[in-house]
Amino acid sequence: MQSVLRHFVVNRDDEAEPGEFLSLPGSAFAISEAVRSVSLRRLWLDTFDWRLYRSGLTLEQISRRGTTDLVLTGRDGAILAADHGGSGPLKWPGQLEVLPLGPLRDHLGPVVGVRALLPVARAVSSLRENRVLNSDEKTIARITVDRMSVTYPAAGTVPPRVTVTALRGYQPQAQRLADQLAAAPGIADGSASGLEAALAVVGRRPGDYSSKINVQLTPRMPASAAMATVLTALLDTLEANVNGTVRDIDTEFLHDLRIAVRRTRSALKLAGDALPDGVAGRFRPEFKWLGDLTTPTRDLDVYLLGFSDMAASLVAATAEELEPFHDHLRWSRAAEQRLLVRGLRSARFARLSSQWRQALTAAATARTRPSVARLAASRIARAHRRVLRDGSAINATSPPESLHELRKRCKELRYLLELFGSLYDPGEQWRAVRELKTLQDCLGEFQDTQVQHEELRAFAEQMIAERTAPAATLLAMGEIAAGLILRQRQARSEFADRFRDFASPASQGRIRTLIGIGAA
Amino acid sequence: MKTFATYNIKGGVGKTATAVNLSYLAAHQGYRVLLWDLDPQGAASFLFRIRPRVKGGGKALIRGKRPMDDAIKATDFDNLDLLPADFTYRNLDLVLDAAKKPSRRLGSLLAPLSAEYDVIFLDCPPGISLLSESVLQATDLLLVPLIPTTLSVRTLDQLTEFLSSFDGSRPEILAFFSMIDRRKRLHREIAEQLPEERDDVAAVAIPALSLIERMAVERTPVTAFAPRSAAARRYAELWQEARERSKLPAPPAADTW
Repeated sequence: MQSVLRHFVVNRDDEAEPGEFLSLPGSAFAISEAVRSVSLRRLWLDTFDWRLYRSGLTLEQISRRGTTDLVLTGRDGAILAADHGGSGPLKWPGQLEVLPLGPLRDHLGPVVGVRALLPVARAVSSLRENRVLNSDEKTIARITVDRMSVTYPAAGTVPPRVTVTALRGYQPQAQRLADQLAAAPGIADGSASGLEAALAVVGRRPGDYSSKINVQLTPRMPASAAMATVLTALLDTLEANVNGTVRDIDTEFLHDLRIAVRRTRSALKLAGDALPDGVAGRFRPEFKWLGDLTTPTRDLDVYLLGFSDMAASLVAATAEELEPFHDHLRWSRAAEQRLLVRGLRSARFARLSSQWRQALTAAATARTRPSVARLAASRIARAHRRVLRDGSAINATSPPESLHELRKRCKELRYLLELFGSLYDPGEQWRAVRELKTLQDCLGEFQDTQVQHEELRAFAEQMIAERTAPAATLLAMGEIAAGLILRQRQARSEFADRFRDFASPASQGRIRTLIGIGAA
Repeated sequence: MKTFATYNIKGGVGKTATAVNLSYLAAHQGYRVLLWDLDPQGAASFLFRIRPRVKGGGKALIRGKRPMDDAIKATDFDNLDLLPADFTYRNLDLVLDAAKKPSRRLGSLLAPLSAEYDVIFLDCPPGISLLSESVLQATDLLLVPLIPTTLSVRTLDQLTEFLSSFDGSRPEILAFFSMIDRRKRLHREIAEQLPEERDDVAAVAIPALSLIERMAVERTPVTAFAPRSAAARRYAELWQEARERSKLPAPPAADTW
């Protein structure tokens, strides 16, 4: 048994044997000739939004001599779970279901969720191992030299990486050896992660995509430039998700794309006047078109993602009786996905994204007043007032539409807080949106259950028209419809409390403090 | 985790050579193996170039004052660790005698290692003692090398009788002939006859070969430095039989190399 002690990088551009560049004159240790060598094809996998990396995990597919292993390691390089290719080579991108049941899948499940795993880097590694012997000619450590050529996402050569591994019971001696190596010329401390090293040589780093708005605004920035910065980041996110949506790799590409569109639309509606004249008005109808294009597929995704929970909730009917409905959803989704792909490949979409980027580039240099801090404060305050006004007007007899409208106002407030989030203290921001989030959850449940209920009726009518709905399936759908209504009533009954919390003086004060207007 | 021990009342019958080679073969197949060199002479430790020394001596280990973990050393081979011998092991009987339930002591010391190792080998000194009793109680399969003499049957019977006096767990016995000289008729006859008569004697026999003696020069198991030799093949057959008899599950998959 052995433990990795230290990593080094060799900053020498030659093909020297480790015995040469690791020569340690006067050392009590001898480094053997390479005792074994192996060539590995390496493929690192992660979700598009780097869920494994962000959780400190690395998933690597290693192929050598006709065998393929999938190995999951933690931050310290320790193996957490592995699959030794019993099911043959796997095709990527793929959902977790392609993996056989076992510890690896169990480990990945909670982290990966509904996302697919896709290749994030590929490389070929040539590993040579040398032994380090003490005066008894006993091995006390191993030195591995890894010469890695990256082939994806771009080609590059990683400087030789040296790993010193101590054999159990010989850590003190191995430590002395590592210290001697650290002092040798041309050798520097290196990183533990092969993935980081592989991406670094091609100018990337793990974790370089997130669906969050990752910009840094400063309070005195002109509003127009700040808006252009935020909207450009949203356009980057939107474009980053087009390929995955078109290839239908997993449902979250479309989800992230839609959120980028919705945030863009809200920004144009609530603060578009900060952009140069005419820009917001010109692009708002185009983004509405794009939003509408994505809605049917996403609605069906939501149904399908929740389908097993829905089937499990049945009391009178069985899950099997619901199966024709499942088929109907899948077919409908396949049809909607084709329309969505056509839209995303259309000239209209290409024009929208290129002209929008041009418009934002121009807006970024426009010297407009006021500053972004003033713009953000006034728009957030206005949106906040509207939520308070509309929410206060709702009572037990108000129609469902009034809650739907309030939900929209809440979303607007939330989007503004996110768009301008980098202006504020993260802790204060979190506290300020806490009650807003709870209120949004309640309103979301109220509206989503209603929409799903209406859709369920429409699905049932379609299925009857297509003669694909057995009576048992319609009864099972009826049970689901009843469950949706119960959930909607529950949400309605909770609304008054949620809104009271949101409208409390303390909660109002937190939002005012955040945007710098001062407590009420 | 399965525990194997190489044991015989007599000395010089090939216990250490068996323990060293079978541990190596198990590790080579991917099992995580620990070999405990319980013989104060430290022959197994010597063969793996590991100094026969344990801080605090056998007393600290047996009394649990020094964790087993601290004393374990890696050999030069993947998956194979060694708990070295120590000259103080010659007094282990006295230490055990002072312990509670001395015949169970070794078993309770080994139990926590089950998360880390699939296979444990105990290389025992010769003789019948409190230590050997403790070893036998902790063992799943007892590997007994026999010198092909007419007395060997008697030795085996004595051992079986001794084991039958145990309460609770007792190991299964797998005896086998060791140091067979095929040129001697008596050796051949005994080695062929006994396995037919007794279930607890393996058909495979380890020949007396100078290559096995060379291990002391190479300081490496013969199964590692001459894996295709007749000696290595016999050890591999013996390990196969020991694996099957102990119902050891298949090894975990191999690592990078």
